[in-house]
Amino acid sequence: MSRTPQEPQSVSAGVKDLLPRLRSLLGKDRVLTEPEDLSVYAFDGTAMLHELPACVVLPESVDEVSGILSLASEGGVPVVPRGSGSGLSGGSVPSPGCIVLCLVRLNRIEAVDTDNLTMTVQAGVLTQAVADRAVAAGLFYPPDPGSIAISTIGGNVANNSGGLRGLKYGVTRDYVMALQVVLADGQVLETGSQCVKDVAGFGLKDLFIGSEGALGVITGITLRLTPPPASKKTLLALFDRMTDAADSISRIISRQIIPCTLEFLDRVTIECVEGYARIGLPLDCEAIVLMEADGHPAQVAEEAEEMARIASETGAREVRTASSEEEATRLAAARRTAFSALARLAPTVLLEDVTVPRSELARMVKFIQETGERHGVRVGTFGHMGDGNLHPTFLTNEREPEALRRAEQAMREVFTETIRLGGTITGEHGVGLAKKPYLQQQIGPVGMEVMRRLKSTFDPQGILNPGKVFD
Amino acid sequence: MTCAQTATPSGPAGADGNLLKGLDYSVLQQCMHCGMCLPACPTYVATLRERSSPRGRIAMMRAIADDRLEVSRTFAEEIYFCLGCLACVSACPAGVDYTTLFEHARAEVERSRVLAAPKRNIIRSLLVNTVFMSRRRLRTMGRAMRLYQRSGLQWLVRRGGLRYLLPRSLRQLEPLAPAISRRFTEAVFCRLYDRRNPPQPRFRVGLLVGCVQDLAFADTNLDTIYVLQQNGCHVAVPRAQECCGSLHAHNGELESARRLARANIDAFVPESLDAIITNAGGCGSHMKRYDHLLADDPDYADRARIWSARVKDIHEFLLEIGFRRPQSPPLQQRVTYHESCHLRHGQQVSAQPREILRSIPGVELVELNRADWCCGSAGIYNITQPEMAMQLLDQKMVDIQATGAHLVASANTGCNIQLECGRHRSGATVMVTHPVTLLAAAYRRETAR
Repeated sequence: MSRTPQEPQSVSAGVKDLLPRLRSLLGKDRVLTEPEDLSVYAFDGTAMLHELPACVVLPESVDEVSGILSLASEGGVPVVPRGSGSGLSGGSVPSPGCIVLCLVRLNRIEAVDTDNLTMTVQAGVLTQAVADRAVAAGLFYPPDPGSIAISTIGGNVANNSGGLRGLKYGVTRDYVMALQVVLADGQVLETGSQCVKDVAGFGLKDLFIGSEGALGVITGITLRLTPPPASKKTLLALFDRMTDAADSISRIISRQIIPCTLEFLDRVTIECVEGYARIGLPLDCEAIVLMEADGHPAQVAEEAEEMARIASETGAREVRTASSEEEATRLAAARRTAFSALARLAPTVLLEDVTVPRSELARMVKFIQETGERHGVRVGTFGHMGDGNLHPTFLTNEREPEALRRAEQAMREVFTETIRLGGTITGEHGVGLAKKPYLQQQIGPVGMEVMRRLKSTFDPQGILNPGKVFD
Repeated sequence: MTCAQTATPSGPAGADGNLLKGLDYSVLQQCMHCGMCLPACPTYVATLRERSSPRGRIAMMRAIADDRLEVSRTFAEEIYFCLGCLACVSACPAGVDYTTLFEHARAEVERSRVLAAPKRNIIRSLLVNTVFMSRRRLRTMGRAMRLYQRSGLQWLVRRGGLRYLLPRSLRQLEPLAPAISRRFTEAVFCRLYDRRNPPQPRFRVGLLVGCVQDLAFADTNLDTIYVLQQNGCHVAVPRAQECCGSLHAHNGELESARRLARANIDAFVPESLDAIITNAGGCGSHMKRYDHLLADDPDYADRARIWSARVKDIHEFLLEIGFRRPQSPPLQQRVTYHESCHLRHGQQVSAQPREILRSIPGVELVELNRADWCCGSAGIYNITQPEMAMQLLDQKMVDIQATGAHLVASANTGCNIQLECGRHRSGATVMVTHPVTLLAAAYRRETAR
């Protein structure tokens, strides 16, 4: 039980020299090295990925972040930035011997500008807090990733997160107007502005969006807000066949209807979500599609009616209308728990976010189902079907090597088919560690080469989130 | 579907006796560290440190089970910093059984003696394993305390400066001591209520009077009995009943908790009752788990299953039987409702107390901001972790005062004592009560008409 009062052995040599200086920069309470602390920052929201960091630092200002990076680059020590650690591709899992730079204490909303319709926040503010603050100002921040209640806005920008409203409103990138980024050597870059149009120089801001902490550490963000929609209508369509559900979505899109949300849950997922949320989801159908139209009341009514008609034509057994705003909110909130709720069925939940052109939805859904069956792996599928973004979730047990091997084989086949259909291996979770082996197949050798050149320009020592995205 | 697996707390320990290693691994594995629990956890929100979050605590437990981490003092302190409020259980879509994990972690901390210190050992053996093991001893202590409170000595201590003679730790504790009732539940029950039991009852129920509940809130127990009788129930108050044992289970003393559970099963004879009623969220939450606690006890496992199925929180029970809505003349009261953590998160009873309050003529129920956020009482947490407990209490009092309510209703012994303490600290004029007390008063006003 005895532990030496000195530094634990796990602290790597590189970090050891920096600790006194990190402590004088941040105070000893915000530099964590106890084994208990290291063990709880060893993972993010991704299954099976685990690596102890050498230390964890909790800065409270951009100056402190800058100081930490200056020290790290001086010592050549890797730094892995993270927010709430809710990532789903292992992007914020520590690299060996690294400093975990946890940004949750940078959690101030600095300004809401109702004249220019923008909000400026620090990176550690929770996405839900951004959304709530926008509502309080009579405005709207549309991106709503499933983890909105826990994820930080900085994490959203670093992964260019999507969400349930991506179909109509786009993704995080579409709302970032300006960024404050601390570069690998500690310099602070301000890029972008509050202007709707801004072509001064290369679009550096865009390089950092979705860079997964490998090019710089995002510390501040100016977000574009929009007026809130005047009305909403939520429908729930019940299907007896998964492919019918997928078909109905392809047809809605091809009829040029772009609603706010078209979400899909299969039978396995419905059971799990209902097991947790208990909101009366139907348990006797193969798939449900949650549809939400928003905007001008006349347009909403027309879109909702048209979607209901298309769903019925493509085999929906029933189309229900949410009777109140509360019911609609409950449905969306329940949908957001899908990934975690699937853990009710198996100890290890491997979640993917393959995305295909929307004309290929039915084919992809069928392929996922058959691949699971062929390898004897239970698969729950849900997702933002209106974007073509699916979340096939492979249910397995990391402690059973044979079952795990089969699940991983099934996943590989799904990736290959996705690329064959002109899709992408990741729609919104990022590459991180989990999808790194498949990236080259997706973007090709030239794409890889350009990314490597960019990386060496921004991070010549390779200290920023090393080993993520590509080697 | 292996949904929300629950381990048997009496399961075998690991080879080295470690209770976390002995735990069914699937309970640890159920947490897929998505982080959905973080914003629900008061200690994480206060510290923003991962180890003070449910996800972090479970990760440490799993690391111990995997032999990657030792049961250290740091781990022990963290496990005792956890409120055990179970807000994470409500927030968890994956259905992690945090109660089992939490009880085992604290039991392992005690087994491995990493926090052992002479003063702590004496206090624990005196309080947890002696006084709270016997209601007879508790009542004796209660009478002594009442003497202290009524003789003028308390006044001297509180106002007359005598408190400066007390050691600092006792000085901090003194204001938390609840006012002791004049008479305890059974005495009044035998004299007044037993003969009012309906001759042809709709249901036969037994009432758990509780340990501290009986000392501090005997009137709430009597109100509960009255309300049950008003709804056609025959109420029994078994004399041999003991403390429910939640204090023990949540403080690492699972064996003591099992002894009390067996004593209560013997005292109530659950087979003979339609329901075992409790009006305290903390007691009910634990009593509903006797089946887990005694799962490996060959003599009691079956009876414990019957017991757990029949334990009902009073509000839950009243709604289930379709309670009679009071027809009293309206009495204008602005009331807010604070949710006991173990009623809300431990038992998922949330709508029922509100429904009861709304049924009372004249009651205007004002929703409390963050009604389900812990008040800091958390069993004996306000004694073991005063700083965090008082931070939570002060925030709770601010939220309560913002409602403009004259009354705050809550249904748990610890919460009601804590809120009473908060009232004194903040100088708030709001009165603390129990939903059943308001319902009983409304029934009484019917006949007074």
